[in-house]
This record gives sequence, C-alpha cells and structure tokens, in this order.
Amino acid sequence: MSYLPYCVAAWLFVIGLYGVVTSRHLVHLIVCLSVVQSSTYLLLLSIGFRDLPAQAPIFSDVPPGTPAVDPVVHALTLTDIVVSATVSALLLALVMDVQRRRGSVDPETLSPFRE
Amino acid sequence: MTWLVPLPVALPLLVAALLVGLAPICRRCVADSLGILTALVVAFACAGLLFKSAPGTLVYWFGSWAPRGQAAIGISFVIDPLGAGLATLCAALMTCALMFSWRYFEAVRTYFHTLMLIFLAAMTGFCLTGDLFNLFVFFELMSVTAYALTGYKVEEVSALEGSINFAVTNSVGAFLVLIGIALLYGRTGALNMAQVGEALARGPTDGLVIVALTLILGGFFVKAAVVPFHLWLADAHAVAPSPVCVLFSGVMIELGLFGAFRVYWTVFRPNLGDYETGVRLVLMSFGAATALLGALMCYTQRHIKRLLAFSSISHVGIMLIGMATLAARGTAGAMLYLLGHAFVKGALFMSAGLLLDRFESLDEEKLRGKGRGLPILTFTMITGGLGLAGFPPFGTYLGKQLIEEAGAQFHQPWLTGLFLVTSALTGGAVLRVVGTVFFARPAGGARESKSASASHEYREIRGSAHTVPAIMLIMAVVMVVVPALSGAFGRALATRAMAGSQRFVDRTGYYRAVIEGRPFGVLPAPEPTDTTLRGILFGIAAALGAVTLALANLFKSHIPNAFWRGWKPWLDRVLASLQRLQSGHVGDYVLWLMIGVVLLATALLLSAKISA
Repeated sequence: MSYLPYCVAAWLFVIGLYGVVTSRHLVHLIVCLSVVQSSTYLLLLSIGFRDLPAQAPIFSDVPPGTPAVDPVVHALTLTDIVVSATVSALLLALVMDVQRRRGSVDPETLSPFRE
Repeated sequence: MTWLVPLPVALPLLVAALLVGLAPICRRCVADSLGILTALVVAFACAGLLFKSAPGTLVYWFGSWAPRGQAAIGISFVIDPLGAGLATLCAALMTCALMFSWRYFEAVRTYFHTLMLIFLAAMTGFCLTGDLFNLFVFFELMSVTAYALTGYKVEEVSALEGSINFAVTNSVGAFLVLIGIALLYGRTGALNMAQVGEALARGPTDGLVIVALTLILGGFFVKAAVVPFHLWLADAHAVAPSPVCVLFSGVMIELGLFGAFRVYWTVFRPNLGDYETGVRLVLMSFGAATALLGALMCYTQRHIKRLLAFSSISHVGIMLIGMATLAARGTAGAMLYLLGHAFVKGALFMSAGLLLDRFESLDEEKLRGKGRGLPILTFTMITGGLGLAGFPPFGTYLGKQLIEEAGAQFHQPWLTGLFLVTSALTGGAVLRVVGTVFFARPAGGARESKSASASHEYREIRGSAHTVPAIMLIMAVVMVVVPALSGAFGRALATRAMAGSQRFVDRTGYYRAVIEGRPFGVLPAPEPTDTTLRGILFGIAAALGAVTLALANLFKSHIPNAFWRGWKPWLDRVLASLQRLQSGHVGDYVLWLMIGVVLLATALLLSAKISA
C-alpha cells in the first residue's frame, strides 16, 4: 500500500481551500468546497483499502471468507457524499437568490455588513 | 423504558416528514400546534431520560446489536445526565421558540416548522449518541438545517450572504472533524467512542493522536465560535429570524463545545492522561481569548442582534474555560452557566425581535428614545442585561463561581478578574442599549447611521404594526424568569450538575457501561457544592460594573477629556483592527479558520513536548 492516495488527499484538501480563500465567484467557491470534501472521500477509502486479492465489498456471489476491502469506510463515504450533495444544493440555491437580488456573485463585492 | 430512547430523534423527524407531506393542505395553526406539541413531547421524553439516567448510564443498542466480546458492532445511544440534560434544554428552548413564532412572519407553507423540527432531532441526537460517525452525521444535519434557517428570509440579501458565510466555514469545520474521525478509525478500527478510547489507550501518544485531536477540536470549535474560528457567527446571528437566534445562541454553539469535550473525555483522555496540564493550558488560553475578544466587540456594536451575537461569543469563552479546567467542577460550572445563559440570551433575542417588528430597525442610534412607554420590554431587557452580567439569583453567577473554584485548584487565579471584566462588558452593553432605547430622549434629527445595519430591514411579524402579540411578550418574560428561578434553586442544581459532570469525565465508568454492559457500576462519590458568599458578591460586583459601564456610556459627554488622554487612541486602534477582521468576506474567514487550526496544532504539539 503506497502513500500516494494520502498525499493526493492532502493535496486536494489544500488546493480546495486555496480555491475557497481566493475565489472571486460564489459558484466557483462552492465547487472548491466540493473539492475539499473529495479529499475526505479519498482519505476514507484509502484507510479501508487492502491490497489485491481483496475484492470490492460486494458479497452476493462470492464464497464466504473471500478477502475484501473494509466495507465500513464505503458506508461512511456514501454518507459523506449525501451530506456533500445536500450542502452544495443548498448553497447553490442561496447563490441563485444572491444573483437575482444583487446582480453579482463576487464575494469581494458582497458582504453582509459592509460599512 | 427503552422505547423512550430513540423517541427524541425519531419523533421530530417523523412529524417533519408529515408536515412536508401535508404542506399543500395544512393550515398554519395546525403546523404551529403540531410543532409545539412535538417539541413539548420531546422535552418530556428527554426529561424522563434525564431522571432514568441519574442512577446509572443508559445504553441503547439500535436493532439490539449489543457488543460481542470487546467489540461494538452496532450503533449506540449512551444517555448520561449531562447529555440528556442538554437534550432537554434543546427541546425546551425549541418549544419556547416555536411558541414565540406563533405569530411570526408569513411562513412559506410549513417549511419553517419542518426545518425547526429536523434541527431539534439533530441536536438531541448529537447529545445522546455514543458513536463517532453518528456524531458527525448529526453534526452535519444540525448544520445544514441551521444554514437553511439562517437564510430563511430569502428576500433579504444580507440573510443570504450571512447564510453562505455560515455554511462555508462550518462545512470546512465539519470536514476537519470527519478527517479526524477517519484517522482515528484507521488507527483503531472502531467508531464506538468507548472502544476507540480503549484502543487508543493501548497505543502511544504520537503525531496521529495529536493531529486527530487538533482536527476534531478545531472542527467543533468552528461551531462553538471559539476565537479565531468565530468570524461567521455575527454575520449569521444578525440576519437569522429571532426565534432561530434563540436556539443558535442558546444551545447550538454550545453543543460544539459539548461535542468537543465528549470526544476528548471518552476518546482522547485515556491516551493523553499524562499531558493533561499542557492541554488544559492551551484550551484555557483559547477560552480566555474568546471571552475577552467577544466582550470587547460586543461593547462596541450598535446593531442589537450583532451585539448579542458577540456577547454569545464571550459567554462561550467562559464556558470553554470551565470545560477546559478538565475537572468535574469546572464542567459542572460550564453547564450551569450554559443553562442560565440559554434562557437569558433567548429572552434578549426575543426582545430584539419585538423591537425590530415595531420600529423596523435594530440600530441603537435609530431606536434612540423610541422605546419609551414599553414597560414589559424594558423589564425583559434590563433583567436580561443583569442576568448576562451574572447578578444573583440568575444561574450564571453560580456557574462562574464553580469555574473559578475549579480554576483555583489548578492555580489559575486570573479567572476571577477575567470573568469580572467580560461580564461587566457584556452586561453593560445590553444595559447601555436599554438606556438609549428606553430612557434617552429621542434625537431631534436622527443622525444618519454610518454603521452597518443602516439598510432597511424587513419586519418579521404579520399583523398590525402597533400591537405586539401577547404570546410573544409572555414568552420573553418567561424566558427571563426561568433562569432567575434556576439560580434560586442553586444548591439542588449545583449538586445535580456536579454528579452529572463527574459521570461525564469518568471514562472508565463510560467504557464499562457501554462495552461491558454494566450500567450500574460504581458511581463516584459526590463532591460538595453550594453557593458561597464570595460567588454572590462577585456576581453583584459584575452587575455593578455593568451598570457603571452603561451609565458611563450614556453620560459620556460629562466625562472629562483628561480621563481619555493617553490610552484612548491606543484603544481605538485595537478596536478598529478587531472590527476589520469582521470583513464579511468568506475567504478571509476560512483563512482565519486554518490559521486557528495551525495555532491549535502547534500549541498542542508544544505542550505535549513540554509535558513529555
């Protein structure tokens, strides 16, 4: 098992956050947030990974005792994806309303309590 | 009685689903009554759990998947008095908030009630669960409904923007928690908190443990609005509907602290026992910074809801100091403080909501003198201000007293001074507003507001502008009377809180109850707790300080200039730079969040190095 997936997860996390911090467009910002979240999927899956004879955790037509990767992290990742979809959908809906009412989605020009 | 355990989560979710289904045909009053009834039932169910858990921790395995050997294979709810008590408080506040919103804005069908009920289910689940991943799921559910509730008034741009800032920063916080949980799972192969703690205890204290601790604490601190993770809070609180603010300030942000310390005690404590001194110092410093910065910012605000939001930050700092003493006494103090603060802050947010309804503004200068002849609102806001300052018999003074006692055990005598200053500032800020709004003479030509909040704000209440609905006033009054009563039963409450906290910090007992199924194990002997004269005197002193600060601000034209010479420019510069932090730009907030995580990690690593 190599360290590569962990490095990629860390890189995704950092590059996504860089995008969030520097973004000039709210939709872009939300996509960056999803990139940050993808790093958690990758991390979870890498933690449960076992080297090859291990199969995907689908147990319907294999003999009992067949080695498989950890199914728990798959369940966690699925839940995480559901969370991600909810948050992204809600945020995008809010951004659409911002665009409708203010005509701009640049966080530099928006702020709730600018003086 | 086991059927009672899933009820506080399942019932609100079911009713929420029902309300969405009924939305096209459901009348407003049906939605209101159904919502209030559900919240009330949940409150009673949680109170029942609280009493049942007093003699011994209750453990409920979903689908009866009890542990086999030493391994937990199912998902559990673990009910101890602190968790059940917090869940009861959530449900009680939710009942009050829903009653307050009986006459509140034109809800878009039943969505407001649906969101509120899902929010309630998430909060109670968060308090009761015994599983790390479950904790994360409830945390996210709570967050997502909170974002939606913040942006509920979609016709206001500031509400949308506040909600976006809230959602982005808190999502990043939730990812941090999730990464921390993933690392722990990778190390231990378990998700049950008791089992993870046991497995960690057998291993070394290495980089992975410290990193996981940093990520989980940091993530929960975003929700708890600990400095420097706090920047989102004022934007969100200032724009959310008032009944929602009651819950945000009263329980939601405090649940962040609860989650952090629940995980600390059950998962990390067994491993980190030797480094406790260092961890205590780090967390107490974060708490002190939060209390002080929140109080300073609070006093300089003119927008009433923003003022209350910063005061919540300051009070969370005090609670963090209490929990960070890493002792049962400090934890009990924090819990009593939480209880007192939740109702007082709720009453203040309700009063702010009523002011907003009547005068369509929350700017202190615009409201100058307009509140004359509103005796009930004057009463709720004055008592609220005194309650925040910790004037006996409000529960807050008792909490501070216990935290100070715990601090004294660990040679942290500076707590008393810090508490005096922050309580006087936060209480004083509210009393100053009372003075300006309810007692000052109306300004002739109202000065044009320079500050934030200048924009027109929408009224939230339907119906005539000139009558304040009685139910709303009654709720505001109830909310200030309850904490006063709670202080009057000081001794009984303090003893209960102490017993609950001893259970909370007793991780061997927790492990035995969860994994070995011995709920009625040996309970720790109760420590004596009672109000002391010193605590009462300091409470009065803080309240006097608050009154003095408020009067000083009202009559500041009479203060001789010589008084300000020397330190005024310096103070102004500090305040201005603090104000600049609050840029409203979500990128800046996330940057500060990451700086906070790095700070926390460095401090924890250093403290581990020094203690080793």
